[in-house]
Amino acid sequence: MHIPDGFINASTSLGAGAVAAGGLGVSLRRTAQTLEDKQAPLAGLVAAYIFAVQMLNFPVAAGTSGHLLGAVLAAVLVGPWAGVICVAVVLLVQGLLFADGGLTALGLNITNMALVAGVGGYAVFLLLRRVLPATKAAVAGAAGVAAGISVVLASIAFVVEYAVGGTGGASVGTVTAAMVGVHTLIGVGEGIITALTVGVVLGVRPDLVHGAADLRAPLVLEAAGR
Amino acid sequence: MTRAVRSSNLRLFLLGGLLVAVGLGLFVSGFASSAPDGLSKVAEDKGFAAEARQHLFENGPLAGYAVKGVDDERLSTGLSGLIGVLVTFGVGLALFALVRVMRSGRDRSEPTRAP
Repeated sequence: MHIPDGFINASTSLGAGAVAAGGLGVSLRRTAQTLEDKQAPLAGLVAAYIFAVQMLNFPVAAGTSGHLLGAVLAAVLVGPWAGVICVAVVLLVQGLLFADGGLTALGLNITNMALVAGVGGYAVFLLLRRVLPATKAAVAGAAGVAAGISVVLASIAFVVEYAVGGTGGASVGTVTAAMVGVHTLIGVGEGIITALTVGVVLGVRPDLVHGAADLRAPLVLEAAGR
Repeated sequence: MTRAVRSSNLRLFLLGGLLVAVGLGLFVSGFASSAPDGLSKVAEDKGFAAEARQHLFENGPLAGYAVKGVDDERLSTGLSGLIGVLVTFGVGLALFALVRVMRSGRDRSEPTRAP
């Protein structure tokens, strides 16, 4: 879903750049306040893993592919704020080294794939966790469903940008239907990859999963020495 | 469990995770679908694909997930994936280390716990 230069006009791209810069500023500040020490190297690993899996385009329909965004995956593993930074780092490396995602569109891409997908998707994850039992399986499932929805949220964010400053002639309604349709399919793949990855980490090192912190309440108490 | 054992476990986990990422970027990436992704396909179908302008670094040494000069397509993609994973890991580590320094500079007394 990387937007190239030219799809969205300059003023809208600039506006999204301001949103992205503001969002990253907040994320950095919140991360500095909340990131546990052991999660710092994990966050670097999460970024690297997302980069790798974003290369693995899977077919979704005739002549169309999709790939992981990873925003909810990152948010569930290291927290929503550090997660935003993880995805932004991936987008920066892709834009600067791999010519993937336009440089003038970097703000648009960070807004859609890091902020909207990450923060919006994590909100869905928290809602799901409220209604689901407090088990590892439910955490992985909630992560998967939220991740799938996050892809659709990101595609809607693109549609908003297209409506405000799209250079193409196609109507907003047409683009909305096409974007939401194909990204619902891609969301299924996103959900499966996210649930599997979160499930594996929960199996190996559950204490590293931010979104399952409540499952290790006794450990936290012990660490606090109470 | 002692702190030393715990942190060596963490290092093992990080190493394992990095190996998985390297394996995916190096070996699996060459088998990925080359069909256009969701947005590219919509842009083609709805007639605005031509609005895309050339990327400033279109001719960069790693542009398009291929290493310039490596002719074998799968190898070229794989090597670009390896480089991308390592660069992203390095940038991520450095950035989050910096964030930790920001925190310890601000407040050393009370370790915050994630909610």
